[in-house]
Amino acid sequence: MPRSPLHDVAIVGAYNTRQARVLEQPETAVLLDAMRGALRSAGLAFADVDGINVSSSVRRWNPREVVQLLGGRPCWTGVEIGIPAVMEAAFAIASGMATTVLVATAQAAEYTERNLTAPWTRPSNEFVECWGLYTAAEFALIARRHMHLYGTKPEALAEVAASIRTHGAKNPEAVYYKHGEAVTPAEVLASRLVADPFHLLDCAITSEGGAGLVLTSAERARDLGVTPIYLLGGGVDRQGMSYVGPPVWDRYGEVGGRAARLAFASAGLGPADVDVAELYDPFSFEIIRQLEAMGFCKPGEGGDFVMDGRIAVGGELPVVTNGGLLSFSHAGLAQLLQKPIAAVQQLRGELPAALTVPGAEVAITSNGGAGALFCDVLLLGKEPA
Amino acid sequence: MPKASIPLPRPTNLSRPHWDGCKEGVLRVQRCRDCGHFVFIPQPICTRCHADALEWVASSGRGTVYSYTVVHRPPRPAFAVPYIVAIVELEEGWHMLTNLVDVAPADVQVGMPVEASFRPMSDEITLPYFRPRG
Repeated sequence: MPRSPLHDVAIVGAYNTRQARVLEQPETAVLLDAMRGALRSAGLAFADVDGINVSSSVRRWNPREVVQLLGGRPCWTGVEIGIPAVMEAAFAIASGMATTVLVATAQAAEYTERNLTAPWTRPSNEFVECWGLYTAAEFALIARRHMHLYGTKPEALAEVAASIRTHGAKNPEAVYYKHGEAVTPAEVLASRLVADPFHLLDCAITSEGGAGLVLTSAERARDLGVTPIYLLGGGVDRQGMSYVGPPVWDRYGEVGGRAARLAFASAGLGPADVDVAELYDPFSFEIIRQLEAMGFCKPGEGGDFVMDGRIAVGGELPVVTNGGLLSFSHAGLAQLLQKPIAAVQQLRGELPAALTVPGAEVAITSNGGAGALFCDVLLLGKEPA
Repeated sequence: MPKASIPLPRPTNLSRPHWDGCKEGVLRVQRCRDCGHFVFIPQPICTRCHADALEWVASSGRGTVYSYTVVHRPPRPAFAVPYIVAIVELEEGWHMLTNLVDVAPADVQVGMPVEASFRPMSDEITLPYFRPRG
């Protein structure tokens, strides 16, 4: 495999705004906070940036408009969202089209019709909408097939949700911060059913907030006086449009596997080298699926793998240490960026002590899942590849 | 049963033969004349051999439950809960999303034999639900 241009780039700033179920703040104010916070975290100012990928969900700020907002200096702009936005920015830097890129996004007041599920959960196409499908049901169809094939138990799903929600309970920045009070698998199983096998506590929360990242060349990163986190490898797996056709396990159950193999190959690493996994957690089962697809355990063994505290901070492979979509936040497109942000904060030692994985050097992060027919992977490290 | 106010499909030129079939009580699906592959949802070319050779054929409408979920929180109030969302694997080997009817949620199992059950929802749209078959 050729040397990856990702290896020439580092993340030097990573920041989450305040997250809340409802922020009661204009979205633009949240976006500005995300941009300024990310730059502050990098020790940089707007004047240092020559690449922009900044957007918002409701006001629909777009990157070119933000360039204008910042004075209209010529800048590279990106178009991707989430993990691919981070990689796209890195490729721009590695190829010399930009030296320092700000990636940020925010969402506030998008979910207003509270008698419906959140707008981002409801697809509107002709072969889905009439059946009362939405994201929870789509991901439940994937989970149910796995349970049928491998005997995966609801208790395993509850263990995942409880572990991640307990991390969130210990994170003062999480929407569902609970002063450290643990969430138990019994509480997950006792919460009301949403789309079985998913109970309420198996499902992502709804919230508002913003997030931002700053990337620059690995060389320049070393002079900024902050701890750079290096890009070790990445991959993008897309198998079609989300929420249009049936999420058939046999066809889509391993999505993200190829992306992870490419990311590992590029880094010269394997699953055993990963210290912390900030995986995408829209629903509890998705963690079990990704652990199998990405090679942390064999197909069908994910349900056993997650038991007995293995994926909790202090366990063999801590998963979603900031509380994730289940407890930290699930805001617009910011939630996608919050996966690499959690990894950067973990590797920099910026998370609360109770959530810090001692000596963590390598983190895997992901976006997407089998209900959505895509899964992107990014590997980050304290040391360059 | 779902209420009439649920969002109904708006057929496109591509999908209209499927929805017209439902109105006639036939579950119509695309099949490739060149390689025999069944294609659903509707597409302009075969998704396996990529030939420009799709034709509409009648499915038997019989299949088995591939996966399912009983929904208790609907995306909008028009859906009466609980309802059963399923992926049905048709006898011809293709898959589609549907709702199961005429069965209690507790009695649904993966692998259960089912058949199409067409229910008129409006002048234009009849939906292909599925029910258990003996």
